[in-house]
Amino acid sequence: MEEDAFLDVERYELSERLPYRFAVDRRGFLQLVGVVVLVTVARSDAQESGRRSADESGPSDLAAWLHIAEDGTVTVYTGKVEVGQNARTSLTQAVADELHAPVEAIRLVMGDTDLTPYDMGTFGSRTTPVMAPRIRRAAAAARELLKEEAAKEWGVPVPELEVADGHVSHAPSRRRIAFGSLTRGRKLVRALGEDSPTSPAAQWTVAGRSLPKVDGRDFVTGRHRYTSDLAPAGMLHGRVLRPPAIGAVLESVDLSPAEAMAGVVAVRDGDFVGVAAPRADVAGQALESLKPAWKIVPQPSGRDLYKDLRKAAAPSSGEGRRPPPFVVGSVSDGLAAADHRLESTYTVAYIAHIPLEPRAAVAEWAEGRLTVWTGTQRPFGVKDELAQAFRVSEDKVRVIVPDTGSAYGGKHTGEYAVEAARLAKAAGRPVKVVWSREEEFRWGYFRPAGVIDVRSGVDAAGKLVAWEMHNYNSGPSAIRTSYVAPNQHIEFHPAESPLRQGSYRGLAATANHFARESHMDELATLLKLDPLEVRRRNLEDKRFLAVLDAAAERFGWQKRSRTPGRGCGIAGGFEKGSYVAACAEVGVDGDGTVRLLRLVAAFECGAIVNPEHLRNQVEGALLMGLGGALFEAVEFDEGKILNPRLSLYRVPRFKDVPELDVVLLDRKDLASAGAGETPIVGVAPAVAGAIFDATGVRLRAMPLAPRGVAKPETTSAKG
Amino acid sequence: VPTLDLLVNGARRRVEAGAQESLLSVLRNEIGLTGAKYGCGEGQCGACTVLLDGRPTRACVTQASAIGPKTAVTTIEGIADGERLHPVQQAFLDADALQCGYCTPGMIVEAVALLRRNPRPDDAAIVEAMQGHVCRCCTYPRIVRAIRETARGGAGKRT
Repeated sequence: MEEDAFLDVERYELSERLPYRFAVDRRGFLQLVGVVVLVTVARSDAQESGRRSADESGPSDLAAWLHIAEDGTVTVYTGKVEVGQNARTSLTQAVADELHAPVEAIRLVMGDTDLTPYDMGTFGSRTTPVMAPRIRRAAAAARELLKEEAAKEWGVPVPELEVADGHVSHAPSRRRIAFGSLTRGRKLVRALGEDSPTSPAAQWTVAGRSLPKVDGRDFVTGRHRYTSDLAPAGMLHGRVLRPPAIGAVLESVDLSPAEAMAGVVAVRDGDFVGVAAPRADVAGQALESLKPAWKIVPQPSGRDLYKDLRKAAAPSSGEGRRPPPFVVGSVSDGLAAADHRLESTYTVAYIAHIPLEPRAAVAEWAEGRLTVWTGTQRPFGVKDELAQAFRVSEDKVRVIVPDTGSAYGGKHTGEYAVEAARLAKAAGRPVKVVWSREEEFRWGYFRPAGVIDVRSGVDAAGKLVAWEMHNYNSGPSAIRTSYVAPNQHIEFHPAESPLRQGSYRGLAATANHFARESHMDELATLLKLDPLEVRRRNLEDKRFLAVLDAAAERFGWQKRSRTPGRGCGIAGGFEKGSYVAACAEVGVDGDGTVRLLRLVAAFECGAIVNPEHLRNQVEGALLMGLGGALFEAVEFDEGKILNPRLSLYRVPRFKDVPELDVVLLDRKDLASAGAGETPIVGVAPAVAGAIFDATGVRLRAMPLAPRGVAKPETTSAKG
Repeated sequence: VPTLDLLVNGARRRVEAGAQESLLSVLRNEIGLTGAKYGCGEGQCGACTVLLDGRPTRACVTQASAIGPKTAVTTIEGIADGERLHPVQQAFLDADALQCGYCTPGMIVEAVALLRRNPRPDDAAIVEAMQGHVCRCCTYPRIVRAIRETARGGAGKRT
């Protein structure tokens, strides 16, 4: 049930289709010597983690597999990818923990569609709660298998054996043998399901500690090769012709000036026009030599965005994507009985991911088979897109994901892989396409904008009696409230977005928390209660209360500063299995400029896998969140993005960083949840509360203060 | 295609370079030094930062042809002493001052230049020097810590 809801969320936010329509062996990866452990998945979640079809080799429900070679090298194969969240390190810890192998002997092959089992994608904070336990099971099974082999070899009972540091040993007879030596040229295979036991967090020895990033040295020396750094022999540099505005239709283009340039290949195929050249600068010149004629198709502007999103949310517009409303009791009855009622509307602007490594792909066709190296969160999804685009069977396509220069939900689609592959097909040579920063802004997709209406009623004691919330377009993630209310109506209304939109770190949980938590603050004002107190009166969830209390205590909420021009706010939330609370202190200058002075957050995601990496993720999510909270917004007019460059679109920089304090609550009794997303959700409402505390102005639009508080566009009601 | 003589990480290089081609493109595509990254193409993110005679420079907005053969170009690949990491590189590892790592080479090159210029910068001086760099993963506090710890002569402490 919960899984289904999760899939629906991602489906909605992944609804964008490919931009182009072109005019239309099985890999023996198990033929290895050594120990092979296959992890299969239970039928119940085969949809997420297994695969949908039996068109790939291996068991149809394979989730991950592990191999121990005769030299003792342990290789784990997982479809997850590394985009800076340090999954490579945390999964290595999981293997080391169960297998009792040295970290240095463990290697992860990630996101290679020929070698790794199908995986839906690296998003939704699923690696830690779903993939890590699977890999643990594989490693635990491998350990037991090795023990059984040693027991047979030495004629001793299994319980007398110990496993440590990549060796099995038998203390009574003082025998010790390395993992790899046990297999002696044979192949030992074991398959296991989801029910085999793994070690509880209290017994972890490698997980639970701050193992450094496993290949950190490659990054600080510049040695790591991202997709955009690859250059196979004979590679050409590709560029793609882009329309002057969204929706513009290509009427004509003359490729001959580009084709006349030495070594240049130019392609027009349906809507697609691109060039490739041996030199990057020549590819740029070839692109500029094209003189396309475009027909401009009228497009909406940002001016009326929030009005438009409401209009577009007519019942028919979101057909098939509209989840049913969540209804408990009767909101109208609850409101009628309430002592106080409140209605407010909140808006959230489109924002851009801006992964610092732009979308990039290198494609190569050889013997009818296509190989694409690309930075994506969905290697198997991109493989499907490529197979469809080129009308080849899936076994003719391999996608390999080098550890990627971040994504934040922005690298779910494969259009750049398709572009590189189309050019490579024409050129008969490998082609690399790296989007420019401007292409990123103009032709990627954004975090959805949205309008959120909240209506509530409370009794004299400050307890919610009615809660109604409608989210237009931004998404259904974390739309349900953790606060107790006997009467609720909560509904997501899909809309036709004027801009291309998709996943973003935390999805709509940020927007929904902004609206919900801001509204709780407004109720506190109405009731003349402390913002923390109004939350406490309406919460029963002990984990939520624990993070609120931890953040408040570290921040010194009860004895917070009352300096004029300064203010403090608090907000919290729950999503994807983890809890966050944030306290913010802002200073508002005479001219309305808002400065975030201090941010304290408490975070709890069950048993902590890697404290330092977790702290790093939480800090990063908080600081990224302050961009969307305070100043990030995509501006557009008639189908053109008006601020498609870093000089025009402000992102958090060193000077924006407040005094930052993160409290991690370690719950070894709870399963580990993912942590890359949820910490982002508390920032905006905490900052909005702090601005209100400082100025008396309640800001209901994200970004809150791109040009300061006093400006009318941030104080007027929108929607 | 015209050729240029460049002095990169102590080695003389004769390379082909288009008249308008950026130093970043030449380093990455002609010489194969891919440590300096493209991030924005307008000198706004710092991912492409290299040293020209010790001065941090945005290679994406610097024409290769404008650089003389005697100008010492130093990229991230020239920062370590063989296999021995530069203290700034070690401090970045110790402070876990990276996530995806894409901005890291530019950050480290800038920090090396800062510490040569000002061996004991306070936090305000560090922030001022680094302000032109973007880490979208937002590891900023850790980068400041790594630079601070390098200046103190100690390894960055893991918390």
